[in-house]
Amino acid sequence: MTIGIEHYLVVGAILFVLGVLGIFLNRKNVIVILMAVELILLAVNINLVAFSAFKGDLVGQVFAMMVLTVAAAEAAIGLAILVIYFRGRGTIAVDDVNRMKG
Amino acid sequence: MLDFSSSFALVIPELILTGAGLVLLLVAAWVGDKAARAATIVAAGTLFTAGLFTIPGLHFGTDGPDTYAFGTLLKIDSFALFSKALIYLAGIGALMVAPAFFNGPAAASERGLRAEYPVLVLFATLGMSIMVSASDFMTLYMGLELNSLAAYVLAAILRKDTRSAEAGLKYFVLGALASGILLYGISLLYGFTGGTDFASVRAGLEGELSTGQLFGLTFVLAGLAFKIAAVPFHMWTPDVYEGAPTPVTLFFATAPKVAAVALTARVVFEVFGGQVQAWQQIVMFTALASIVFGALGAIGQDNLKRLLAYSSINNVGFILLGLAVATPAGASAMLIYLVIYVVMSLGSFTALLMLRGADGELYETFGDIAGLAVTRPAIAWALLLFMFSLAGIPPLLGFYSKFVVFQAVVEADLIVFAAIGIAASVIGAFYYIKFVKVMFFDEPVGLATGKSETSHWVLLAITAAIISPLGYLMTGSISDLANKAAYALFLAV
Repeated sequence: MTIGIEHYLVVGAILFVLGVLGIFLNRKNVIVILMAVELILLAVNINLVAFSAFKGDLVGQVFAMMVLTVAAAEAAIGLAILVIYFRGRGTIAVDDVNRMKG
Repeated sequence: MLDFSSSFALVIPELILTGAGLVLLLVAAWVGDKAARAATIVAAGTLFTAGLFTIPGLHFGTDGPDTYAFGTLLKIDSFALFSKALIYLAGIGALMVAPAFFNGPAAASERGLRAEYPVLVLFATLGMSIMVSASDFMTLYMGLELNSLAAYVLAAILRKDTRSAEAGLKYFVLGALASGILLYGISLLYGFTGGTDFASVRAGLEGELSTGQLFGLTFVLAGLAFKIAAVPFHMWTPDVYEGAPTPVTLFFATAPKVAAVALTARVVFEVFGGQVQAWQQIVMFTALASIVFGALGAIGQDNLKRLLAYSSINNVGFILLGLAVATPAGASAMLIYLVIYVVMSLGSFTALLMLRGADGELYETFGDIAGLAVTRPAIAWALLLFMFSLAGIPPLLGFYSKFVVFQAVVEADLIVFAAIGIAASVIGAFYYIKFVKVMFFDEPVGLATGKSETSHWVLLAITAAIISPLGYLMTGSISDLANKAAYALFLAV
Protein backbone atom coordinates (compact mmCIF):
# COMPACT_ATOMS: atom_id res chain seq x y z
CA MET A 1 0.00 0.00 0.00
CA THR A 2 1.36 3.41 -0.86
CA ILE A 3 0.90 6.20 1.63
CA GLY A 4 -1.08 8.94 -0.11
CA ILE A 5 -2.06 12.45 0.86
CA GLU A 6 -5.36 11.26 2.33
CA HIS A 7 -3.56 9.26 5.02
CA TYR A 8 -1.79 12.37 6.21
CA LEU A 9 -5.02 14.33 6.13
CA VAL A 10 -6.76 11.67 8.23
CA VAL A 11 -3.99 11.80 10.83
CA GLY A 12 -4.24 15.59 10.83
CA ALA A 13 -8.01 15.47 11.22
CA ILE A 14 -7.81 12.95 14.09
CA LEU A 15 -5.25 15.10 15.92
CA PHE A 16 -7.38 18.20 15.36
CA VAL A 17 -10.51 16.55 16.73
CA LEU A 18 -8.56 15.18 19.71
CA GLY A 19 -7.31 18.69 20.42
CA VAL A 20 -10.78 20.23 20.29
CA LEU A 21 -12.23 17.47 22.45
CA GLY A 22 -9.33 17.91 24.84
CA ILE A 23 -10.38 21.53 25.37
CA PHE A 24 -14.09 20.88 25.80
CA LEU A 25 -14.27 17.52 27.57
CA ASN A 26 -11.38 18.05 29.94
CA ARG A 27 -12.60 18.77 33.47
CA LYS A 28 -9.31 18.32 35.24
CA ASN A 29 -6.70 20.93 34.76
CA VAL A 30 -5.71 23.82 32.60
CA ILE A 31 -2.31 22.43 31.59
CA VAL A 32 -4.15 19.72 29.64
CA ILE A 33 -5.91 22.50 27.73
CA LEU A 34 -2.56 24.01 26.79
CA MET A 35 -1.46 20.61 25.51
CA ALA A 36 -4.68 20.28 23.52
CA VAL A 37 -4.02 23.68 21.91
CA GLU A 38 -0.57 22.47 20.87
CA LEU A 39 -2.16 19.33 19.43
CA ILE A 40 -4.43 21.46 17.23
CA LEU A 41 -1.50 23.48 15.93
CA LEU A 42 0.48 20.31 15.20
CA ALA A 43 -2.46 18.88 13.29
CA VAL A 44 -2.36 22.02 11.16
CA ASN A 45 1.38 21.57 10.63
CA ILE A 46 0.93 17.97 9.46
CA ASN A 47 -1.64 19.18 6.94
CA LEU A 48 0.56 22.00 5.71
CA VAL A 49 3.68 19.89 5.34
CA ALA A 50 1.81 17.01 3.69
CA PHE A 51 0.17 19.33 1.16
CA SER A 52 3.49 21.05 0.57
CA ALA A 53 5.27 17.76 -0.11
CA PHE A 54 2.57 16.39 -2.41
CA LYS A 55 2.21 19.60 -4.38
CA GLY A 56 5.94 20.23 -4.59
CA ASP A 57 5.34 23.78 -3.35
CA LEU A 58 7.45 25.23 -0.55
CA VAL A 59 4.96 27.79 0.76
CA GLY A 60 3.32 25.22 3.03
CA GLN A 61 6.58 24.43 4.77
CA VAL A 62 7.35 28.10 5.28
CA PHE A 63 3.90 28.49 6.79
CA ALA A 64 4.53 25.50 9.06
CA MET A 65 7.68 27.21 10.36
CA MET A 66 5.68 30.34 11.10
CA VAL A 67 3.06 28.30 12.94
CA LEU A 68 5.76 26.58 15.02
CA THR A 69 7.26 29.93 16.02
CA VAL A 70 3.92 31.44 16.96
CA ALA A 71 2.98 28.27 18.85
CA ALA A 72 6.09 28.66 21.00
CA ALA A 73 5.18 32.28 21.82
CA GLU A 74 1.61 31.28 22.50
CA ALA A 75 2.63 28.51 24.90
CA ALA A 76 4.93 30.92 26.76
CA ILE A 77 2.15 33.46 27.21
CA GLY A 78 -0.36 30.77 28.15
CA LEU A 79 1.91 29.41 30.87
CA ALA A 80 2.65 32.92 32.16
CA ILE A 81 -1.06 33.67 32.50
CA LEU A 82 -1.55 30.28 34.16
CA VAL A 83 1.15 31.12 36.70
CA ILE A 84 -0.46 34.40 37.76
CA TYR A 85 -3.83 32.67 37.86
CA PHE A 86 -2.41 29.99 40.16
CA ARG A 87 -0.82 32.60 42.42
CA GLY A 88 -4.17 34.27 42.88
CA ARG A 89 -6.37 31.23 43.28
CA GLY A 90 -4.10 28.39 44.38
CA THR A 91 -5.66 25.96 41.94
CA ILE A 92 -5.65 25.23 38.23
CA ALA A 93 -8.62 22.84 38.13
CA VAL A 94 -10.91 23.68 35.22
CA ASP A 95 -14.03 23.47 37.40
CA ASP A 96 -12.69 26.22 39.62
CA VAL A 97 -12.38 28.77 36.80
CA ASN A 98 -15.72 30.25 37.77
CA ARG A 99 -15.30 33.63 39.45
CA MET A 100 -17.59 34.96 36.73
CA LYS A 101 -20.50 32.82 35.67
CA GLY A 102 -20.49 32.21 31.96
CA MET B 1 10.96 42.08 -8.89
CA LEU B 2 10.00 43.69 -5.64
CA ASP B 3 10.45 47.34 -5.30
CA PHE B 4 11.35 47.58 -1.66
CA SER B 5 11.37 51.35 -1.31
CA SER B 6 7.79 51.67 -2.55
CA SER B 7 6.76 48.79 -0.29
CA PHE B 8 8.30 50.50 2.71
CA ALA B 9 6.61 53.76 1.78
CA LEU B 10 3.26 51.99 1.97
CA VAL B 11 3.86 50.55 5.44
CA ILE B 12 5.11 53.74 7.14
CA PRO B 13 2.42 53.59 9.87
CA GLU B 14 3.43 50.02 10.77
CA LEU B 15 7.12 50.96 10.75
CA ILE B 16 6.42 53.85 13.13
CA LEU B 17 4.45 51.60 15.46
CA THR B 18 7.12 48.89 15.41
CA GLY B 19 9.92 51.34 16.13
CA ALA B 20 8.06 53.10 18.91
CA GLY B 21 6.93 49.80 20.40
CA LEU B 22 10.46 48.43 20.58
CA VAL B 23 11.91 51.65 22.01
CA LEU B 24 9.19 51.88 24.64
CA LEU B 25 9.74 48.23 25.50
CA LEU B 26 13.39 49.01 26.24
CA VAL B 27 12.39 52.08 28.23
CA ALA B 28 9.90 50.00 30.20
CA ALA B 29 12.55 47.38 30.94
CA TRP B 30 15.18 49.95 31.95
CA VAL B 31 13.30 52.67 33.77
CA GLY B 32 10.39 50.59 35.02
CA ASP B 33 6.95 51.79 36.02
CA LYS B 34 8.19 55.32 36.78
CA ALA B 35 8.14 55.86 33.01
CA ALA B 36 4.63 54.50 32.60
CA ARG B 37 2.84 57.83 32.28
CA ALA B 38 5.37 59.29 29.86
CA ALA B 39 5.34 56.06 27.85
CA THR B 40 1.56 56.23 27.61
CA ILE B 41 1.70 59.77 26.27
CA VAL B 42 4.42 58.86 23.77
CA ALA B 43 2.43 55.80 22.65
CA ALA B 44 -0.69 57.91 22.10
CA GLY B 45 1.41 60.42 20.14
CA THR B 46 2.82 57.58 18.06
CA LEU B 47 -0.63 56.27 17.21
CA PHE B 48 -1.67 59.80 16.25
CA THR B 49 1.38 60.21 14.00
CA ALA B 50 0.80 56.82 12.40
CA GLY B 51 -2.82 57.85 11.84
CA LEU B 52 -1.71 61.05 10.06
CA PHE B 53 0.00 58.93 7.41
CA THR B 54 -3.29 57.26 6.54
CA ILE B 55 -5.00 60.57 5.72
CA PRO B 56 -3.70 61.33 2.19
CA GLY B 57 -4.54 57.84 0.92
CA LEU B 58 -7.93 57.98 2.59
CA HIS B 59 -8.71 61.39 1.16
CA PHE B 60 -7.87 60.62 -2.45
CA GLY B 61 -8.87 56.97 -2.32
CA THR B 62 -6.29 54.33 -3.18
CA ASP B 63 -7.02 51.04 -4.85
CA GLY B 64 -5.73 48.81 -7.60
CA PRO B 65 -2.41 47.02 -8.07
CA ASP B 66 -0.26 49.90 -6.77
CA THR B 67 -1.44 49.17 -3.26
CA TYR B 68 0.35 45.83 -2.95
CA ALA B 69 3.42 45.85 -0.72
CA PHE B 70 6.09 43.14 -0.49
CA GLY B 71 4.85 41.11 -3.42
CA THR B 72 1.28 40.22 -2.55
CA LEU B 73 1.73 39.96 1.21
CA LEU B 74 0.06 43.24 2.12
CA LYS B 75 -2.51 45.41 0.39
CA ILE B 76 -2.72 48.98 1.64
CA ASP B 77 -5.85 50.25 -0.09
CA SER B 78 -8.53 52.71 1.06
CA PHE B 79 -10.31 49.93 2.94
CA ALA B 80 -7.19 49.08 4.98
CA LEU B 81 -6.49 52.77 5.62
CA PHE B 82 -10.04 53.42 6.77
CA SER B 83 -9.90 50.54 9.25
CA LYS B 84 -6.44 51.56 10.41
CA ALA B 85 -7.46 55.14 11.13
CA LEU B 86 -10.36 53.84 13.21
CA ILE B 87 -8.16 51.32 15.05
CA TYR B 88 -5.58 53.99 15.91
CA LEU B 89 -8.28 56.29 17.26
CA ALA B 90 -9.63 53.49 19.46
CA GLY B 91 -6.07 52.77 20.63
CA ILE B 92 -5.61 56.43 21.60
CA GLY B 93 -8.86 56.22 23.56
CA ALA B 94 -7.64 53.13 25.45
CA LEU B 95 -4.37 54.92 26.29
CA MET B 96 -6.12 58.14 27.36
CA VAL B 97 -8.32 56.54 29.99
CA ALA B 98 -5.67 54.21 31.43
CA PRO B 99 -3.46 56.32 33.75
CA ALA B 100 -6.37 57.66 35.82
CA PHE B 101 -7.80 54.15 36.23
CA PHE B 102 -4.64 52.25 37.09
CA ASN B 103 -3.28 54.92 39.41
CA GLY B 104 -6.60 55.20 41.23
CA PRO B 105 -7.53 53.08 44.26
CA ALA B 106 -9.64 50.75 42.09
CA ALA B 107 -6.44 48.96 41.19
CA ALA B 108 -4.96 49.61 44.62
CA SER B 109 -3.53 46.14 45.14
CA GLU B 110 -1.21 46.79 42.22
CA ARG B 111 1.66 49.20 41.73
CA GLY B 112 -0.34 51.58 39.56
CA LEU B 113 -0.03 51.97 35.81
CA ARG B 114 2.54 49.55 34.49
CA ALA B 115 4.94 50.60 31.76
CA GLU B 116 4.00 47.44 29.83
CA TYR B 117 0.48 48.71 29.22
CA PRO B 118 1.27 51.25 26.45
CA VAL B 119 3.75 48.83 24.88
CA LEU B 120 1.17 46.06 24.71
CA VAL B 121 -1.45 48.42 23.31
CA LEU B 122 1.03 49.53 20.63
CA PHE B 123 1.87 45.95 19.63
CA ALA B 124 -1.78 44.95 19.61
CA THR B 125 -2.58 47.90 17.31
CA LEU B 126 0.36 46.97 15.10
CA GLY B 127 -1.04 43.44 14.82
CA MET B 128 -4.46 44.80 13.91
CA SER B 129 -2.87 47.13 11.37
CA ILE B 130 -1.29 44.11 9.68
CA MET B 131 -4.53 42.14 9.89
CA VAL B 132 -6.58 44.70 8.03
CA SER B 133 -4.01 45.08 5.27
CA ALA B 134 -3.28 41.36 4.90
CA SER B 135 -3.53 39.98 1.40
CA ASP B 136 -2.05 36.56 2.11
CA PHE B 137 -3.09 34.03 4.71
CA MET B 138 0.41 34.09 6.16
CA THR B 139 0.33 37.80 6.96
CA LEU B 140 -3.25 37.43 8.13
CA TYR B 141 -2.18 34.83 10.67
CA MET B 142 0.88 36.78 11.84
CA GLY B 143 -1.15 39.95 12.34
CA LEU B 144 -3.92 38.11 14.11
CA GLU B 145 -1.52 36.42 16.52
CA LEU B 146 0.45 39.60 17.22
CA ASN B 147 -2.82 41.23 18.17
CA SER B 148 -4.12 38.26 20.17
CA LEU B 149 -0.94 37.56 22.14
CA ALA B 150 -0.76 41.18 23.28
CA ALA B 151 -4.48 41.14 24.09
CA TYR B 152 -4.23 38.03 26.31
CA VAL B 153 -1.64 39.76 28.44
CA LEU B 154 -3.62 42.99 28.55
CA ALA B 155 -6.67 41.13 29.88
CA ALA B 156 -4.61 39.69 32.73
CA ILE B 157 -2.62 42.87 33.45
CA LEU B 158 -4.01 43.34 36.98
CA ARG B 159 -2.00 40.41 38.23
CA LYS B 160 -3.33 40.34 41.77
CA ASP B 161 -6.97 40.63 40.77
CA THR B 162 -8.28 37.07 40.37
CA ARG B 163 -11.03 38.20 38.01
CA SER B 164 -8.49 39.79 35.68
CA ALA B 165 -6.32 36.66 35.69
CA GLU B 166 -9.36 34.50 35.02
CA ALA B 167 -10.40 36.76 32.14
CA GLY B 168 -6.90 36.44 30.70
CA LEU B 169 -7.00 32.66 31.03
CA LYS B 170 -10.41 32.30 29.39
CA TYR B 171 -9.50 34.69 26.61
CA PHE B 172 -6.28 32.81 26.01
CA VAL B 173 -7.84 29.35 25.84
CA LEU B 174 -10.72 30.34 23.56
CA GLY B 175 -8.55 32.66 21.48
CA ALA B 176 -6.00 29.91 20.93
CA LEU B 177 -8.78 27.51 19.95
CA ALA B 178 -10.10 30.11 17.47
CA SER B 179 -6.64 30.57 15.94
CA GLY B 180 -6.35 26.77 15.67
CA ILE B 181 -9.68 26.48 13.87
CA LEU B 182 -8.77 29.35 11.54
CA LEU B 183 -5.39 27.79 10.77
CA TYR B 184 -6.92 24.40 10.08
CA GLY B 185 -9.22 26.06 7.58
CA ILE B 186 -6.28 27.89 6.02
CA SER B 187 -4.33 24.63 5.67
CA LEU B 188 -7.28 23.01 3.88
CA LEU B 189 -7.69 26.00 1.58
CA TYR B 190 -3.96 25.91 0.82
CA GLY B 191 -4.11 22.22 -0.01
CA PHE B 192 -7.23 22.32 -2.12
CA THR B 193 -6.52 25.53 -4.02
CA GLY B 194 -2.77 25.86 -4.39
CA GLY B 195 -1.48 28.90 -2.58
CA THR B 196 -1.79 31.07 0.48
CA ASP B 197 -2.14 34.48 -1.16
CA PHE B 198 -5.72 35.67 -1.57
CA ALA B 199 -5.56 35.89 -5.36
CA SER B 200 -4.46 32.30 -5.94
CA VAL B 201 -6.87 30.88 -3.34
CA ARG B 202 -9.62 32.80 -5.10
CA ALA B 203 -8.51 31.46 -8.47
CA GLY B 204 -8.52 27.92 -7.03
CA LEU B 205 -12.06 28.33 -5.74
CA GLU B 206 -13.61 28.79 -9.20
CA GLY B 207 -16.61 26.66 -10.07
CA GLU B 208 -18.21 24.03 -7.86
CA LEU B 209 -16.60 23.84 -4.40
CA SER B 210 -15.08 20.51 -3.41
CA THR B 211 -15.69 19.11 0.09
CA GLY B 212 -12.21 20.09 1.22
CA GLN B 213 -12.67 23.66 -0.01
CA LEU B 214 -16.06 23.93 1.65
CA PHE B 215 -14.60 22.69 4.94
CA GLY B 216 -11.76 25.17 4.62
CA LEU B 217 -14.15 28.05 4.00
CA THR B 218 -16.33 27.08 6.97
CA PHE B 219 -13.40 26.69 9.35
CA VAL B 220 -11.92 30.04 8.33
CA LEU B 221 -15.27 31.77 8.85
CA ALA B 222 -15.74 30.05 12.23
CA GLY B 223 -12.28 31.14 13.39
CA LEU B 224 -13.00 34.72 12.34
CA ALA B 225 -16.43 34.66 14.02
CA PHE B 226 -14.67 33.74 17.27
CA LYS B 227 -12.47 36.82 16.97
CA ILE B 228 -15.43 39.09 16.23
CA ALA B 229 -17.40 37.50 19.10
CA ALA B 230 -20.38 36.68 16.90
CA VAL B 231 -22.95 34.05 17.90
CA PRO B 232 -22.43 31.01 18.11
CA PHE B 233 -18.82 31.77 19.07
CA HIS B 234 -19.54 34.54 21.56
CA MET B 235 -19.47 32.76 24.93
CA TRP B 236 -16.10 34.15 25.99
CA THR B 237 -17.13 37.78 25.53
CA PRO B 238 -19.16 38.51 28.70
CA ASP B 239 -16.60 36.87 30.98
CA VAL B 240 -13.62 38.58 29.41
CA TYR B 241 -15.33 41.98 29.29
CA GLU B 242 -16.37 41.69 32.93
CA GLY B 243 -13.05 40.41 34.26
CA ALA B 244 -10.61 42.57 32.32
CA PRO B 245 -9.81 46.02 33.78
CA THR B 246 -12.25 48.56 32.31
CA PRO B 247 -9.72 50.46 30.10
CA VAL B 248 -8.77 47.11 28.59
CA THR B 249 -12.43 46.22 28.08
CA LEU B 250 -12.85 49.55 26.33
CA PHE B 251 -9.96 48.59 24.07
CA PHE B 252 -11.34 45.08 23.37
CA ALA B 253 -14.78 46.42 22.57
CA THR B 254 -13.42 48.81 19.94
CA ALA B 255 -10.13 48.24 18.12
CA PRO B 256 -10.01 44.41 17.81
CA LYS B 257 -13.65 44.41 16.73
CA VAL B 258 -12.86 46.81 13.89
CA ALA B 259 -9.84 44.76 12.88
CA ALA B 260 -11.65 41.42 12.97
CA VAL B 261 -14.69 42.72 11.08
CA ALA B 262 -12.48 44.38 8.46
CA LEU B 263 -10.47 41.18 8.12
CA THR B 264 -13.64 39.13 7.68
CA ALA B 265 -14.89 41.54 5.06
CA ARG B 266 -11.61 41.31 3.22
CA VAL B 267 -11.60 37.51 3.34
CA VAL B 268 -15.20 37.01 2.23
CA PHE B 269 -14.97 39.50 -0.63
CA GLU B 270 -11.44 38.97 -1.88
CA VAL B 271 -11.01 35.26 -1.24
CA PHE B 272 -14.55 33.91 -1.35
CA GLY B 273 -15.83 36.70 -3.62
CA GLY B 274 -16.62 34.24 -6.41
CA GLN B 275 -18.60 32.00 -4.06
CA VAL B 276 -21.04 34.45 -2.52
CA GLN B 277 -23.83 31.89 -2.11
CA ALA B 278 -21.47 29.65 -0.09
CA TRP B 279 -20.73 32.20 2.64
CA GLN B 280 -23.69 34.54 2.47
CA GLN B 281 -26.02 32.19 4.36
CA ILE B 282 -23.39 31.53 7.04
CA VAL B 283 -22.75 35.23 7.61
CA MET B 284 -26.47 36.04 7.50
CA PHE B 285 -27.21 33.37 10.11
CA THR B 286 -24.37 34.61 12.33
CA ALA B 287 -25.57 38.20 11.98
CA LEU B 288 -29.19 37.49 12.90
CA ALA B 289 -28.24 35.07 15.69
CA SER B 290 -25.90 37.73 17.15
CA ILE B 291 -28.61 40.38 17.03
CA VAL B 292 -31.16 38.11 18.74
CA PHE B 293 -28.89 36.49 21.34
CA GLY B 294 -27.15 39.76 22.09
CA ALA B 295 -30.52 41.35 22.83
CA LEU B 296 -31.89 38.40 24.85
CA GLY B 297 -28.68 37.68 26.76
CA ALA B 298 -28.41 41.22 28.08
CA ILE B 299 -31.82 41.19 29.71
CA GLY B 300 -30.95 39.31 32.91
CA GLN B 301 -27.58 40.97 33.51
CA ASP B 302 -26.81 43.00 36.60
CA ASN B 303 -23.19 43.82 35.90
CA LEU B 304 -22.94 46.80 33.55
CA LYS B 305 -19.77 45.58 31.81
CA ARG B 306 -21.44 42.22 31.13
CA LEU B 307 -24.45 44.07 29.79
CA LEU B 308 -22.29 46.14 27.46
CA ALA B 309 -20.61 42.90 26.32
CA TYR B 310 -23.98 41.54 25.21
CA SER B 311 -24.74 44.90 23.67
CA SER B 312 -21.51 44.62 21.66
CA ILE B 313 -22.56 41.15 20.44
CA ASN B 314 -25.87 42.68 19.38
CA ASN B 315 -24.10 45.52 17.55
CA VAL B 316 -21.72 43.14 15.82
CA GLY B 317 -24.81 41.40 14.48
CA PHE B 318 -25.90 44.62 12.75
CA ILE B 319 -22.39 45.13 11.39
CA LEU B 320 -22.36 41.59 9.97
CA LEU B 321 -25.81 42.18 8.53
CA GLY B 322 -24.26 44.90 6.37
CA LEU B 323 -21.55 42.46 5.36
CA ALA B 324 -24.01 39.66 4.57
CA VAL B 325 -25.75 41.81 1.98
CA ALA B 326 -22.63 41.40 -0.19
CA THR B 327 -23.06 44.67 -2.08
CA PRO B 328 -20.85 47.78 -2.05
CA ALA B 329 -23.69 49.63 -0.31
CA GLY B 330 -23.73 46.96 2.40
CA ALA B 331 -19.97 47.14 2.90
CA SER B 332 -20.10 50.90 3.11
CA ALA B 333 -22.98 50.69 5.65
CA MET B 334 -20.91 48.21 7.66
CA LEU B 335 -18.01 50.68 7.82
CA ILE B 336 -20.26 53.58 8.84
CA TYR B 337 -21.81 51.40 11.55
CA LEU B 338 -18.30 50.46 12.75
CA VAL B 339 -17.28 54.11 13.13
CA ILE B 340 -20.39 55.01 15.10
CA TYR B 341 -20.19 51.82 17.18
CA VAL B 342 -16.60 52.62 18.14
CA VAL B 343 -17.58 56.11 19.28
CA MET B 344 -20.54 54.80 21.29
CA SER B 345 -18.41 52.09 22.96
CA LEU B 346 -15.63 54.52 23.81
CA GLY B 347 -18.19 56.84 25.35
CA SER B 348 -20.16 54.28 27.34
CA PHE B 349 -17.09 52.54 28.79
CA THR B 350 -15.55 55.90 29.69
CA ALA B 351 -18.77 56.77 31.51
CA LEU B 352 -18.52 53.45 33.41
CA LEU B 353 -14.94 54.32 34.35
CA MET B 354 -16.17 57.56 35.87
CA LEU B 355 -18.59 55.84 38.25
CA ARG B 356 -16.43 55.93 41.35
CA GLY B 357 -17.04 56.21 45.05
CA ALA B 358 -15.59 58.90 47.30
CA ASP B 359 -12.59 56.66 47.93
CA GLY B 360 -12.20 55.92 44.24
CA GLU B 361 -13.64 52.39 44.23
CA LEU B 362 -15.33 51.38 40.98
CA TYR B 363 -19.05 50.70 40.72
CA GLU B 364 -20.31 48.48 37.96
CA THR B 365 -23.73 47.05 38.80
CA PHE B 366 -27.26 48.37 38.33
CA GLY B 367 -27.78 48.72 42.09
CA ASP B 368 -24.84 51.11 42.35
CA ILE B 369 -26.03 53.56 39.74
CA ALA B 370 -29.61 54.01 41.02
CA GLY B 371 -30.52 57.68 40.97
CA LEU B 372 -27.29 58.69 39.27
CA ALA B 373 -29.11 61.65 37.72
CA VAL B 374 -29.21 63.27 41.17
CA THR B 375 -25.67 62.47 42.32
CA ARG B 376 -23.74 62.77 39.02
CA PRO B 377 -26.08 64.47 36.53
CA ALA B 378 -23.47 65.06 33.80
CA ILE B 379 -22.49 61.37 33.63
CA ALA B 380 -26.11 60.27 33.82
CA TRP B 381 -27.08 62.49 30.88
CA ALA B 382 -24.09 61.29 28.88
CA LEU B 383 -25.02 57.67 29.59
CA LEU B 384 -28.58 58.45 28.57
CA LEU B 385 -27.27 59.71 25.23
CA PHE B 386 -25.15 56.60 24.68
CA MET B 387 -27.90 54.17 25.69
CA PHE B 388 -30.52 55.80 23.48
CA SER B 389 -27.98 55.92 20.68
CA LEU B 390 -27.14 52.20 21.11
CA ALA B 391 -30.87 51.48 21.04
CA GLY B 392 -31.10 53.45 17.78
CA ILE B 393 -33.50 56.16 18.88
CA PRO B 394 -33.81 58.79 16.12
CA PRO B 395 -32.21 62.13 16.87
CA LEU B 396 -28.98 60.41 17.91
CA LEU B 397 -26.28 59.09 15.63
CA GLY B 398 -26.93 55.44 16.54
CA PHE B 399 -30.13 55.70 14.53
CA TYR B 400 -28.23 56.71 11.41
CA SER B 401 -25.94 53.67 11.60
CA LYS B 402 -28.88 51.28 11.89
CA PHE B 403 -30.68 53.17 9.15
CA VAL B 404 -27.89 52.78 6.58
CA VAL B 405 -27.54 49.07 7.35
CA PHE B 406 -31.26 48.39 7.00
CA GLN B 407 -31.37 50.51 3.87
CA ALA B 408 -28.68 48.32 2.29
CA VAL B 409 -30.50 45.17 3.40
CA VAL B 410 -33.81 46.33 1.96
CA GLU B 411 -32.22 47.49 -1.30
CA ALA B 412 -30.81 43.97 -1.73
CA ASP B 413 -34.37 42.53 -1.42
CA LEU B 414 -33.69 40.78 1.87
CA ILE B 415 -36.68 42.35 3.61
CA VAL B 416 -37.37 39.32 5.84
CA PHE B 417 -33.93 39.64 7.43
CA ALA B 418 -34.39 43.37 7.93
CA ALA B 419 -37.68 42.65 9.70
CA ILE B 420 -36.03 40.12 12.05
CA GLY B 421 -33.26 42.62 12.79
CA ILE B 422 -35.68 45.42 13.58
CA ALA B 423 -37.79 43.13 15.82
CA ALA B 424 -34.69 42.12 17.78
CA SER B 425 -33.54 45.70 18.15
CA VAL B 426 -36.86 46.45 19.82
CA ILE B 427 -36.10 43.69 22.36
CA GLY B 428 -32.67 45.24 22.82
CA ALA B 429 -34.19 48.61 23.58
CA PHE B 430 -35.58 47.08 26.80
CA TYR B 431 -32.30 46.99 28.67
CA TYR B 432 -31.03 50.26 27.29
CA ILE B 433 -34.17 51.89 28.61
CA LYS B 434 -33.82 50.01 31.90
CA PHE B 435 -30.42 51.68 32.22
CA VAL B 436 -32.06 55.09 31.88
CA LYS B 437 -34.92 54.16 34.20
CA VAL B 438 -32.52 53.07 36.96
CA MET B 439 -30.45 56.24 36.65
CA PHE B 440 -33.30 58.71 36.44
CA PHE B 441 -36.28 57.29 38.32
CA ASP B 442 -34.88 55.07 41.08
CA GLU B 443 -34.19 56.20 44.64
CA PRO B 444 -30.62 57.64 44.70
CA VAL B 445 -28.16 55.38 46.55
CA GLY B 446 -25.45 58.06 46.44
CA LEU B 447 -22.59 55.60 45.99
CA ALA B 448 -20.85 56.91 42.89
CA THR B 449 -19.99 60.38 44.13
CA GLY B 450 -16.22 60.45 43.65
CA LYS B 451 -14.39 62.94 41.46
CA SER B 452 -13.55 62.08 37.86
CA GLU B 453 -10.31 62.72 36.03
CA THR B 454 -9.93 65.37 33.34
CA SER B 455 -8.90 62.85 30.68
CA HIS B 456 -12.15 60.95 31.23
CA TRP B 457 -14.20 64.15 31.02
CA VAL B 458 -12.51 65.10 27.75
CA LEU B 459 -13.16 61.74 26.11
CA LEU B 460 -16.73 61.68 27.42
CA ALA B 461 -17.42 65.17 26.06
CA ILE B 462 -15.96 64.39 22.63
CA THR B 463 -17.86 61.12 22.21
CA ALA B 464 -21.10 62.61 23.53
CA ALA B 465 -20.80 65.52 21.09
CA ILE B 466 -20.30 63.14 18.17
CA ILE B 467 -23.24 60.94 19.22
CA SER B 468 -25.54 63.93 19.71
CA PRO B 469 -27.39 65.20 16.62
CA LEU B 470 -24.31 67.37 15.93
CA GLY B 471 -22.71 64.19 14.60
CA TYR B 472 -24.96 64.29 11.56
CA LEU B 473 -22.74 67.09 10.25
CA MET B 474 -19.99 64.48 9.85
CA THR B 475 -22.06 61.77 8.20
CA GLY B 476 -21.46 63.22 4.73
CA SER B 477 -17.69 62.96 4.89
CA ILE B 478 -17.75 59.60 6.70
CA SER B 479 -20.06 58.14 4.04
CA ASP B 480 -17.76 59.49 1.36
CA LEU B 481 -14.71 57.81 2.92
CA ALA B 482 -16.67 54.59 3.56
CA ASN B 483 -17.80 54.51 -0.06
CA LYS B 484 -14.22 54.88 -1.28
CA ALA B 485 -13.13 52.10 1.07
CA ALA B 486 -15.97 49.82 -0.03
CA TYR B 487 -15.10 50.55 -3.67
CA ALA B 488 -11.49 49.48 -3.09
CA LEU B 489 -12.75 46.30 -1.44
CA PHE B 490 -15.03 45.46 -4.34
CA LEU B 491 -12.47 46.11 -7.03
CA ALA B 492 -11.35 42.49 -6.75
CA VAL B 493 -14.87 41.08 -7.01
